[in-house]
Amino acid sequence: MYVAVKGGEAAIANAHALLADRRRGDRSVPALRLDQIIEQLGLAVDRAMGEGSLYDKELAALAIVQSRGDLIEAIFLVRAYRTTLPRFGFSNPIDTGEMRIERRISATFKDLPGGQLLGPTFDYTHRLLDPALADGAEVRAAPSRPGEPERAPRVTDMLAHEGLIEPDGVDTGEIGDLTREPMQFPMGRDLRLQAMARGDEGFLLALAYSTQRGYGRTHPFAGEIRIGEVEVEMDVPELGFSVSLGRVRVTECQMVNQFKGNAEVPPQFTRGYGLAFGQAERKAMAMAMCDRALRARELGEDITAPAQDEEFMISHLDNVASTGFVEHLKLPHYVDFQAELGLIRKLRAEHKKAQTPHPAADAATLSPKRRGEEAALGSKMEAAE
Amino acid sequence: MNPIAQYNFAYLDEQTKRMIRRAILKAIAIPGYQVPFASREMPMPYGWGTGGVQVTASIIGQTDVLKVIDQGADDTTNAVSIRAFFAKVANVATTTRTREATIIQTRHRIPEEKLTTGQVLVYQVPIPEPLRFLEPRETETRKMHALEEYGLMHVKLYEDIAKHGEIATTYAYPVKVEGRYVMDPSPTPKFDNPKMHMSEALQLFGAGREKRIYAVPPYTEVVSLDFEDHPFAIQTFAEPCALCGAEGVYLDEVVLDDHGGHMMVCSDTDNCEDRRAHGHVGALGQTLEAAE
Repeated sequence: MYVAVKGGEAAIANAHALLADRRRGDRSVPALRLDQIIEQLGLAVDRAMGEGSLYDKELAALAIVQSRGDLIEAIFLVRAYRTTLPRFGFSNPIDTGEMRIERRISATFKDLPGGQLLGPTFDYTHRLLDPALADGAEVRAAPSRPGEPERAPRVTDMLAHEGLIEPDGVDTGEIGDLTREPMQFPMGRDLRLQAMARGDEGFLLALAYSTQRGYGRTHPFAGEIRIGEVEVEMDVPELGFSVSLGRVRVTECQMVNQFKGNAEVPPQFTRGYGLAFGQAERKAMAMAMCDRALRARELGEDITAPAQDEEFMISHLDNVASTGFVEHLKLPHYVDFQAELGLIRKLRAEHKKAQTPHPAADAATLSPKRRGEEAALGSKMEAAE
Repeated sequence: MNPIAQYNFAYLDEQTKRMIRRAILKAIAIPGYQVPFASREMPMPYGWGTGGVQVTASIIGQTDVLKVIDQGADDTTNAVSIRAFFAKVANVATTTRTREATIIQTRHRIPEEKLTTGQVLVYQVPIPEPLRFLEPRETETRKMHALEEYGLMHVKLYEDIAKHGEIATTYAYPVKVEGRYVMDPSPTPKFDNPKMHMSEALQLFGAGREKRIYAVPPYTEVVSLDFEDHPFAIQTFAEPCALCGAEGVYLDEVVLDDHGGHMMVCSDTDNCEDRRAHGHVGALGQTLEAAE
């Protein structure tokens, strides 16, 4: 006899115990420490910090180990913690021109003040699995150049001297924060950039790629990509001056794009901007391309492609929102399904009634098995009515 | 415990609660209007009740008694999870009894028992915009609400009748609130729509992912959209609940075998148990005492 399913509470507790067990895995293998994750899975930590939008390596590492390495789950954990933190104010804009540079490349100039610095990049590595790593081989310290690095002004600042590129936007002093205010369309570029900085790397990558393949083409050049640490400062009204909060590592990408000009504006280069916590070059580049594509309305371009469509892009780029809603289909829906079952049965009954003048023709087109099902359903429907 | 991560009482910080309460007050002042609010990330996924949880977290006090249902039942996994969350972060009393609860958070159902003054029903809403599947753009749908331009919805309902002979919407059936805003009642079966009309309880709707809150204050007119010649009608069931014999309640079909055998049982488990405790028995049931 049917007994209403009880014990959801016990089932959940047991499932979570099993999850914890699987997370820990074979107990004869040492448990991961947070410092190991921070030191050796640094780019995963960077992604969890970036899309989690909270700069804290230790918390990101904790989230990664707690999520068994599922980075979207880790990002979710970081976000759910971040959201509870009180907001004291806004920092001053970081000055990436004063970055302590670790990597800096420009695809538009062969050489430039500050030089091209490859830094710790996967570029030009041959993607051959390295068996030595599997054995935990010692790694030599990397060579370093002595002395202070040369100043490296931003490429866009150099182009600006000739008026060849649009200037930086006007500083209105006020920037939006979509984690504190309701999101509404149309939105300013500041909010779009914030949404993209928190947005899913895979989504931005795919949409940036789509612009290269002709869906909202923007003719980008990688003006500059730079990675390094910048100082974060905040104005303290009580003190009357700004204080340093510390340093964060960021990746900045400035795309330089063609623009033919219009009635008011002479032909000049336009920009797409990308910024992400840590070393996140793919993310920053994709973001810069999407930023430029999303400026279509502002620049009077035809909006024809998904990457140019603000409401489409901003509504769907967040992986925490996307994964939640896609995965919520796992939750029970049997009340609504029951309602649909009732409707389908009713519509089928009416359909069948309409078909009755030709019962022979109907029967001929149905397989014997199918006919049996129809009969069973028919009798059930009569019972239900 | 390592002090690396700590959480505030009732999870949300007080500023956030205040912000949400302001949105709720605005929603109550404009029945059926979707108020944008700065929805927070919650420790459960978007689409799993984050809107309802934020509303509940903002209004719950230490003396409240909380009931959480999903599909009408207190023991579905997500209801268990949300109830446990509030028991943990707010340390409030919880119940499964509809009449004992001061706040009832629900997904997909309205309890069968009539709600009374002082009770708050908090709905979890996936897509708050009733016009969304007719017009995907938020910029457009907000304009349509502002201009009270609901022709598209009536055309859709008419097309249903033209195609199927009836309005083929069985849940999330659109309603008009206090003669002004067309509102999505959340994916409750249309069976529950009449319960919203002139309800004594306050009804709050939270959509976390979509960042909207709306409300139906007590004693507010809630009318399901229809046509004079095709009046709105709720679902009816041919057989009563197999466990408690209840009629005129919403039933779930439980599959018993793989050749069509099934039984119909109450979707509202509290109502069913209460009836059985009072000696009502269905065709396949036994009284609670006998079952235990």
